[in-house]
Amino acid sequence: MSAPTPGHGDPRVAFETAKLGLWTFLATEVLLFGALFAAYTVFRVKYPALFQSEHLKLNRVLGTLNTFVLITSSLAVVLGVDAIRRGKARLLEKYYAATVLLGAVFLCVKYVEWTGEFHHGRYPGTNIFFSLYFMMTGLHGIHVILGMGALTYVVILSRRGRFSGTYHTPVEVVGLYWHFVDLVWIYLLPLLYLIG
Amino acid sequence: MAEESGNGRGYLAERGWRSWAFTLDHKRVGAMYLWTTIFFFLVGGVFALLLRLELLSPQARYFSNHTYNVFFTLHGSMMIFLFIIPAIPSGLGNFFIPLHIGARDVAFPRLNIASYWVFAAGFLVIIGSLVAPMDTGWTFYTPYSAKSTSAVTTLSFGLFLIGMSSILTGLNFIVTIHKMRAPGMTWHRLPLFIWGMYATSIIQVIATPVIGVTFLLLVAERVFGVGFFDPSKGGDPVLFQHFFWFYSHPVVYVMILPAMGIISEVIPVFSRKPIFGYNAIAYSSLAIAFLGFLVWGHHMFTSGMSPLANAIFSFLTFFVAVPTAVKVFNWIATLYKGSITFESPMLYALTFIFLFIVGGLTGPFLGALATNVQLHDTYFVVAHFHYTMMGGTVMGFFAGLHYWFPKMTGKMLNEKVARAAWALIFVGFNVTFFTMFIVGVRGMPRRYAEYLPKYQVENVISTIGAAVLALGILVMCWNFLQGLRKGPPAPGNPWRALSLEWQTPSPPDTENFREIPVVTDWPYSYGKPEGPVA
Repeated sequence: MSAPTPGHGDPRVAFETAKLGLWTFLATEVLLFGALFAAYTVFRVKYPALFQSEHLKLNRVLGTLNTFVLITSSLAVVLGVDAIRRGKARLLEKYYAATVLLGAVFLCVKYVEWTGEFHHGRYPGTNIFFSLYFMMTGLHGIHVILGMGALTYVVILSRRGRFSGTYHTPVEVVGLYWHFVDLVWIYLLPLLYLIG
Repeated sequence: MAEESGNGRGYLAERGWRSWAFTLDHKRVGAMYLWTTIFFFLVGGVFALLLRLELLSPQARYFSNHTYNVFFTLHGSMMIFLFIIPAIPSGLGNFFIPLHIGARDVAFPRLNIASYWVFAAGFLVIIGSLVAPMDTGWTFYTPYSAKSTSAVTTLSFGLFLIGMSSILTGLNFIVTIHKMRAPGMTWHRLPLFIWGMYATSIIQVIATPVIGVTFLLLVAERVFGVGFFDPSKGGDPVLFQHFFWFYSHPVVYVMILPAMGIISEVIPVFSRKPIFGYNAIAYSSLAIAFLGFLVWGHHMFTSGMSPLANAIFSFLTFFVAVPTAVKVFNWIATLYKGSITFESPMLYALTFIFLFIVGGLTGPFLGALATNVQLHDTYFVVAHFHYTMMGGTVMGFFAGLHYWFPKMTGKMLNEKVARAAWALIFVGFNVTFFTMFIVGVRGMPRRYAEYLPKYQVENVISTIGAAVLALGILVMCWNFLQGLRKGPPAPGNPWRALSLEWQTPSPPDTENFREIPVVTDWPYSYGKPEGPVA
């Protein structure tokens, strides 16, 4: 157990600090979704037949499409982080802008899905399954929007020439957050769309 | 350990509201939290006095039943969410964590001031909800909270913001304690206040999001007709209780652990002895944080859980008593053969130990399944809760305020007035709440404006006690204000303490330390001729 090295202005320490901060934040996020996953478990055990019959009404094609969209966006984030580590700020901006675009595509597809459900008279209050569906995808959607905002902010900072091969803490931290948002969806897809 | 005369600029030197509203100084953020939380403590106290006034007579005399419900909801919600949860961690914690570990500030100063403004937005929304004040009790139990016409949605949103601010503060502290310690400040040289705050922060970060999402679900239930907690839609009201207590039980340790940290600081200073069992106290904080997550079910013994779950939760609840008792024994062992002096911080610290033992020992009666069924929702619970929370946390908070007042303000308090206020508070508190144990065992249920006439004697005594208690708190506040206005200037280290914050001038400079100190020893080497820190 050693104390940290002196000099709190040290950029390496600052980077480690920011990263620990974000991981702690992700722990909070896990618990935020965790409560919903707990509710999901309780009700699925209680009403297996309901979950079986209701989940067939969801649009699996759009769900799968969105999964590909998000995984591709995560790839773009990885390439963006790799670019700035090599000092290529312009390339980073392109990759992160692509990620924002893919996030927007995800939301559009989600919009089509939700309006489809509403069209068929399926609302958050219809039954427990759709309560869970709308709450979980809705909360996830809010996170996608927040993530897009953060990514856009990084692009703006980068255009102002703030990042280099030696300093790019916000790039990495926001990228990490986006991976988390992606990961939540990876769990939501099988739990909601692929029960049978 | 030469006393420095502040030739740097004290952190209070800059003037104007902007210097506060946009400050990045953890000390100013802490001070803002302290002012705010003390304000809500006084407001919540006024509601408590109104409740006690109503309970003078068995019939509802002064207020309607609904008004009474509103008052105890506001008393509980304000005291819990706007005072006792943020007061020590966000107030004193913000002020002293960086000073204790030898840092210039917290890890994320901008996040820190942001957390205050999120908190402010939260309490403004909560005040806004008073147009249709809550009548559900501070526990928000469904199905009533899903149907009540009062402003549950608004209040839930306000509490969501308060929770967010609590998470941000906890996150900031965890990272600060990990990454910002001065050279030589190893984990086992940290002041025990830091260990307490570290355990607290972990609970804040892990438990708070659950209550956040619970409030979201409650709002969704009211706005969109989502049915998680509604039996008519296949939902389960007990699930709400599980979610609620998964946060709200651990959060009592958010309330008590920082206070225990303060006690661990004050006791050695005023006994002039090294703290006894440093490791035991430090790790018992973490043990409490861990075990605290496993016992929430003991709030629900009468809610219809399975008998097996009841038995397991009951059993686990007894385990929490172990690390708590470990701390108490170590404090008492620290006192043993010490050169004890009874300055006001020490008086409050000893009061903490005394009252907390009473509060703690009445806990197992409630944790045990069989007696709980008898005592559930009686005044025994109210008494137990106030002995731990007010007798514990609030006394710890008062100990901290008196202990650190010279450091925070650069002024000394009037010690005689402080002791007089303490005496009033001590007597008033016990008269108010000890009678509640008795009336609770005799079967008086809590949360009703009316009661059977056979309980009146106890209730009158309790109300008289509440008046004495209120008087004591007023005297204490008056003393604080007098101290602020015209207290004599405080030296850097009036208590001859060894932790790092006392090695700075009073009040500290904006950057805390002119040079980051190099730590060579723990802060409890009392009773040796030369102070070894820094």
